Amino acid sequence: MSEKKLPGSLEDDARLDSWLSIDAGETVTLKTGKTEFGQGIKTAIAQIGADELDVSLARVRVQEADSALTADEGLTAGSESVQQSGIAMRYAAAHARRLLLEKAAARLGIDIDDLTVEDGMVSSRSTNSKVSYWELMAGQPFGVEVSGEVAPRSAGSRRLAGKSVRRLDIPAKLHGGRAFVQDVQLPDMLHGRVLHPPAYGNELVKFDAAAIAAMPGVVKVVQDGRFLAVIAAREDQAVRAWEAMREATEWRALPTLPNEDMLSDWLVSQDTDDMLVENGTPIEGDVPDAVEPEGAAQTLEAFYSRPYQMHASIGPSCAVALFEPGSEGVKLTIWQQNQGVFPQQAALATAFGMAKDSIRCIHVEGAGVYGHNGSEDAAMDAAMLARALPDRPVRLQWMREDEHRWEPYGSAMVVALQASLDEAGTMLDWNCDIWTQTHSGRPRAKKDSAGFVAAWHREDALPAPVPADHNGKHGGGHRGATPYYTLPGMRVVKHFVKPHPFRTSSLRALGTFCNVFAQESFVDELAHAAGRDPLEFRLAHLKDARARAVIEKAAAMASWDPKSWGNGHGQGLAFHRYKNGKCYVAVVIEADVDEAKGAIAIPRAWIAADAGEVINPDGAGNQLEGGFLQAMSQTLKEAVRFDATHVTSTDWESYPILTFREAPEIEVAFIDRPNDPPLGVGEGTAGPTPGAIANAVRHAIGVRLRELPLTPERVRKMIVAAERGA
Amino acid sequence: MSADGETFSLHVNGEAHAVTVAPGTPLLYVLRNDLGLVAPKYGCGLEQCGACAVLVDGERTFSCTFTVEKAVGKAVTTLEGLGTPERPHPLQAAFEAEQAVQCGYCTNGIIIAAKALLDRNPDPDLAAIRVALQDHLCRCGTHSRVFRAIRRAAQELRK
Repeated sequence: MSEKKLPGSLEDDARLDSWLSIDAGETVTLKTGKTEFGQGIKTAIAQIGADELDVSLARVRVQEADSALTADEGLTAGSESVQQSGIAMRYAAAHARRLLLEKAAARLGIDIDDLTVEDGMVSSRSTNSKVSYWELMAGQPFGVEVSGEVAPRSAGSRRLAGKSVRRLDIPAKLHGGRAFVQDVQLPDMLHGRVLHPPAYGNELVKFDAAAIAAMPGVVKVVQDGRFLAVIAAREDQAVRAWEAMREATEWRALPTLPNEDMLSDWLVSQDTDDMLVENGTPIEGDVPDAVEPEGAAQTLEAFYSRPYQMHASIGPSCAVALFEPGSEGVKLTIWQQNQGVFPQQAALATAFGMAKDSIRCIHVEGAGVYGHNGSEDAAMDAAMLARALPDRPVRLQWMREDEHRWEPYGSAMVVALQASLDEAGTMLDWNCDIWTQTHSGRPRAKKDSAGFVAAWHREDALPAPVPADHNGKHGGGHRGATPYYTLPGMRVVKHFVKPHPFRTSSLRALGTFCNVFAQESFVDELAHAAGRDPLEFRLAHLKDARARAVIEKAAAMASWDPKSWGNGHGQGLAFHRYKNGKCYVAVVIEADVDEAKGAIAIPRAWIAADAGEVINPDGAGNQLEGGFLQAMSQTLKEAVRFDATHVTSTDWESYPILTFREAPEIEVAFIDRPNDPPLGVGEGTAGPTPGAIANAVRHAIGVRLRELPLTPERVRKMIVAAERGA
Repeated sequence: MSADGETFSLHVNGEAHAVTVAPGTPLLYVLRNDLGLVAPKYGCGLEQCGACAVLVDGERTFSCTFTVEKAVGKAVTTLEGLGTPERPHPLQAAFEAEQAVQCGYCTNGIIIAAKALLDRNPDPDLAAIRVALQDHLCRCGTHSRVFRAIRRAAQELRK
């Protein structure tokens, strides 16, 4: 292999056969180690591969991550899939096409330059001879490594990549196909439910297994320490047994949770690891104090916060597992929704003390996850049940309250900002202190700890790992904390809060959501202090023309007009370049605020993005809209509620999310750059959305909101405080 | 009543079925596991999210709490009963055309609610669509596309 770095994930697996195969049946299988969850990666891979191979989309099958079949591409996360898997596919397929042409040239005895391909049929331009890909090598492996040196098509000659091709996964979802892991049906499959304790750390006081075992349809009651579960012939029988267990089982709760009303105060009062963040990366060493810069005409300071928030998937986590002791060795097969089948396989192997190769993790799409939710735990739960009842597949689904109480939450955060302006109203410096817990709690292969709930509860328990955040470049809680603006002075400090009364892990865009909420709100505050239009203020502090272009585009789409603001109506703008190197996104929203009720209505929103080459503009737009609406929901409504002992957000009434009544109409526009590398968009709107909303509210009613969520009660409180202050 | 429960006669998507289950069993599990109609999904079991919706005599109904005995003598229609991939219902075609799906777990209930809406109001404005969907949750954020898809289907159906 050459010393040169290979494109995308080829760097990790360069074998051509890991990426595609020419099948019997005149089809092509494209393989990705990434996983589909409605974001459209399957379709993007198909577009890229079909383009390079010169086959129609109808011939393409996409094999998603399966630890037995595909390349190990780590996690499907961080909006990296197109850059990693898509680019690998582009070079792999271009290389495959070249090899197929060489074979055809040899077979036909014709010079390779005389050959052309249409839908897998290689034909000579000058004679009538032709041969298809399938005649050349159906079913055979290529047996070579991708060199990375066969040039893919030029941007102008792509037929599919860059077009809004309809997503391949959608038809089954519109017609009751078995599209989800929740729909997996295997012969002789049984149904399981797990009874979780009502809260972390609860002791089991009383459990009557015999009473449950006597219920209709119950095949087995599983009790392994505090891990309690039931397996029944029918799903409804499993649910009834679960309900009976829930009713009769007694637990002892401990008052371990902080005061919900003082969450920000609690966060900044804990034991922390403090790190200076330089160019997006936390570094060791002393943390300098903030120093007021020379020439400061005014200095502003503000605190922002968000509470714990959920992934809140609509479909509770589900997995199907089959444990086969077999004479040739133990085999555990798990069908599950997963953002990374290989890390999951390794983590399960250590949690069970099994060889990695005896576990096969097969990704099957489920309901949207948006990070690390309950899916990994449900897979472990299903495996626990399958081990208790070998040779029978067991389907396990969490109940709604399991998901609400036991999924890992997005960390509560506090962001303190301070900045100075000179006489001309230019930003001189930026001081940012963030308090965060971990955004990186996925199960890992460790001997002395386990990232699975079931492993904490079983008799042979392993403790939860000591929480640690991802401290790589733009990695975890500090993701999004470093402004993209031109600032002569910059001091960003991450205070990693060590105590974790709740399990926290990755939630869409990690620290970006709260960090950019704070940042983009504060930029507006600075603009107002400088007496400048927030739009003009941002443009003046950005050197990157692509950044300025998306902001100008969004402002134009929304007919940005500061003169229209006031009397409860306002527009708000925010910008962010994801991870300071990925897609550029500007959001403008329109808000109508009912001052008497404190209610914020958002009738319309505009999103402008520059994501480099866009493989599927409509699919990418769907991602940006979705990210916007999820962030809008988090901004206006979402907070995990709890008392001293329990999470009290156990359903959709106690953890409300955005409804159809509240959803705005959205327009999305891309600045197309087909010759620039693709930049993922899945998390692009998570940062700018909350700031745009808070800024619009400020422009509508003159009140600045710095604590999320912006509930009517909180808006009222701030209106009253502002009136009193005046 | 046998050890396995009682036998109920159901009329689903135009076909007659007999199922033997315990009285009180939510229709959802019968549809999914006995009849293999998996479009309705378990989301909350509390009538709060709408993922399990089906039509019962044309009314949108949450099958996670609607018991099997209540369905006897009524016409149950699931998403599978609206159209097929080859001959989609205009709503299914419109959701495909507008790509109004992300993960798609909530899509079943939304199309069912839209069907009930368009049956009684062939030309709903945005406000009426919002009200019709107020008991349905979507976490991926397809709301804006769903509005477009329902308006497109309404237009198609009025032709």
